[in-house]
Amino acid sequence: MIPELGHFALIIGLAFALCLSIVPLIGVAQNNQQLINSAKPLSFGLFLFVGISIVLLAYSFTVDDFSVKYIANHSNSLLPYYFKISAVWGGHEGSMLLWIFALTVWTFAVSIHSKQLEKEFVARVLAIMGMIAVGFIFFTLLTSNPFERLLPNSPMEGQDLNPLLQDIGLIIHPPFLYMGYVGFSVAFAFAIAALMAGKMDAAWARWSRPWTVAAWSFLSIGIALGSWWAYYELGWGGWWFWDPVENVSFMPWLAGTALIHALAVTEQRNTFKHWTLLLAILTFSLNLLGAFLVRSGVITSVHSFAVDPGRGLYLLILLAVAVGGSLTLYAFRSAKVSTPSRFTFYSRENTILVAISILITATITILLGTLYPLIIDAMGLGKISVGAPYFNAVFVPMMIALFLFMGIGPLIRWKKARKGELSKHLNAISVVSVIFGAAWPFIFAGEFSISAFIGMTLGCWIVLAVLKDVFNNAKQADGSLKFSAVPLNHIGMAVAHAGIAITVIGVTMVSTYEKEINVKMAPGESTNLSGYTIEFGGTKNILGPNYSAVQGQVKVSLDNEFVTLLKPEQRTYKVQRTGMTEAAIHTTLWRDIYVALGDPLDKNSWSMRLYYKPFIVWIWLGAFFMAFGGFLAILSKRYRKRVAVKQQGINQPNNEVLKEA
Amino acid sequence: MKSIIRFIPLILFVLLGVLLYRGLFLNPQAMPSAMIGKPLPDFQLPMLKATDKMVGREDLKGNIVLLNVWATWCIQCKYEHPYLLDIIKDKRIKLYGLNFTDDHSAALRWLKQYKDPYVFSIFDEQGALGLDIGVFGAPETFVIDHTGIIRKRFAGPINTQVWNNEFLPLIETIEAEMSQDES
Repeated sequence: MIPELGHFALIIGLAFALCLSIVPLIGVAQNNQQLINSAKPLSFGLFLFVGISIVLLAYSFTVDDFSVKYIANHSNSLLPYYFKISAVWGGHEGSMLLWIFALTVWTFAVSIHSKQLEKEFVARVLAIMGMIAVGFIFFTLLTSNPFERLLPNSPMEGQDLNPLLQDIGLIIHPPFLYMGYVGFSVAFAFAIAALMAGKMDAAWARWSRPWTVAAWSFLSIGIALGSWWAYYELGWGGWWFWDPVENVSFMPWLAGTALIHALAVTEQRNTFKHWTLLLAILTFSLNLLGAFLVRSGVITSVHSFAVDPGRGLYLLILLAVAVGGSLTLYAFRSAKVSTPSRFTFYSRENTILVAISILITATITILLGTLYPLIIDAMGLGKISVGAPYFNAVFVPMMIALFLFMGIGPLIRWKKARKGELSKHLNAISVVSVIFGAAWPFIFAGEFSISAFIGMTLGCWIVLAVLKDVFNNAKQADGSLKFSAVPLNHIGMAVAHAGIAITVIGVTMVSTYEKEINVKMAPGESTNLSGYTIEFGGTKNILGPNYSAVQGQVKVSLDNEFVTLLKPEQRTYKVQRTGMTEAAIHTTLWRDIYVALGDPLDKNSWSMRLYYKPFIVWIWLGAFFMAFGGFLAILSKRYRKRVAVKQQGINQPNNEVLKEA
Repeated sequence: MKSIIRFIPLILFVLLGVLLYRGLFLNPQAMPSAMIGKPLPDFQLPMLKATDKMVGREDLKGNIVLLNVWATWCIQCKYEHPYLLDIIKDKRIKLYGLNFTDDHSAALRWLKQYKDPYVFSIFDEQGALGLDIGVFGAPETFVIDHTGIIRKRFAGPINTQVWNNEFLPLIETIEAEMSQDES
């Protein structure tokens, strides 16, 4: 009964989505205020019923209703309750429901936080989000219904959740990731609504900025959590594999990063409008493309979902309608978008333009690498796979260039840099950065390393540039410093840029100085890992709720001082009969000690993989700084001041300033 | 001229769409092998469990022979293993192992620890037979019919779904051919 109610709630949600995508647009066309106003309650209805649907699915999981096919395939009565709930998004069908739910959360949020916007515009935005919801709810109901029953022969016991997914990482990673993916639908809807209205002024950019930054922040956290999960759960000590599924999450992040910078220019300088429109469309298109690639089986990946050609075809049609439709709209309507581009070569506009170009190039490079096996296969030229060497070789140089410009961007003036001013800002920090970068490898390892030099110089350069920028902004006319005078969105930018620097430093340190050793150890034996003494104290047999495990007892000490006891496990999950390596990690800000138990060898000895990973948490810490910076920027007052200005009828201040200029 | 530029994104997307549409009908896991339709090449290699005993093509007895390429260094083989124990319950097939570029003692320990699903395993330390039949990596599974012809090559681990979709239909086809040949 309960699953049927959930199914039914999703159908009602579909009805709301259909109404939402049609009624408000009729209202705009006929100038009927009543119909225009209906967008808000319809958004609420959509959110409510999809919400009911996902809650009922989670409830069915917790009560072990194995007559539901999806639950029978992804749960088990022995599974702890928190994994039963997170198993809701542990497979294709349920994760689609989570995707839709995230979409309705954003739709509802836009509907209640849009008082400062024109009603017609909000109606259009919500209608477009309604259309996206229609597409995906239809897809879920027709091809991937999580409420499908196994009647009358329902199993007594479920097949259990994949052991890799029985982990805290899976509980929190997908919700953040999906909030990020779907959040870009808001920027997309704003762009399409602007094209429909044929009006794209600076105010449009101001409205859509906080939403886009919010989505970007969620996506940053989502990707970081995914990388962290892969690091400790897969047992290989790696944190990024350039796997197609990782790439499809990274591409929208890169495009989204370009988008928030284009939006900043559009809002403040009323230019770059074509960039903003195209990037808004591109970012969301990459999300749809990602959904297609991951869920249709056209590409092999370690974590792709169950494959069904029907689903692939539907998603491709959805992609064609959404992206093809919006690009057609762009082709015909964007002529109305005027872009006064009045800036000189040495200007912040140009610096950001370079940054955007690099980000787009990087996105396309990753897209090509991800699709290349498919292209070769489709042309009948054979089977190949593109791996990390390609991606590292093309991606790293682009990022080095990008980070150089990241230091210049905040310090250069809009429109035209004053003579001598830029070099005055940059000279000192570039000298300090190079000295720091050159000295670091000697201090840390006693010998020079080119990769550490480049990475640490860039990290230092980015941090000093934003610090300098914050100081410049805090400086009052009388020379005193007043940090409260720096706008919150500016602080947010600085924090997010510093986050990039933190990640860069983490990546540099790990890839330059990590150590990996594979050893065979018998109880009582010890080995040396970058100065640490690793002693194997034998194994214990332990029993978990739904698995049994052999647990190694590994003592870590430094200079004869006890550091920690690590307990890596080799688990055997009863239901799926799969083995799982649970690595044990001791983390500090400066290094991780990572121990994974391998296979039992003769007598009592075991093969073991030991890793020393300096600064690795910085990689993910940086992502949290980025997201924190994003959220700080959203809280800025500038995004709430709009009402007063609009009511006074001073419509496009930036436009007028520019016309005078 | 300027209006044409605005169509470029759309044109690029259409091209991408065509590619993705084609991609829907390709199977990234289908690895063609030049050996399909040809007889299994002859070989003389030792048996894993008794290296003094050499085996050859004619020792792979059975109407439908499955030759499973495995190694202890192969993570996916571990994943596949319980499924192999499952499929040998199907009495129509005989499962043989090809232990591929592996360490001898490690391979023996593996079979002891995880149970041995194979009639026997061929010990191909240098990868000679693997090279002859075009093995890319482990696990891979070859299907050889009653006339000694390689009918299928599957790259990647077998699980219940793969077994039902990829192997059972072929086994039924071969069975049908066999009864036809007899009559």
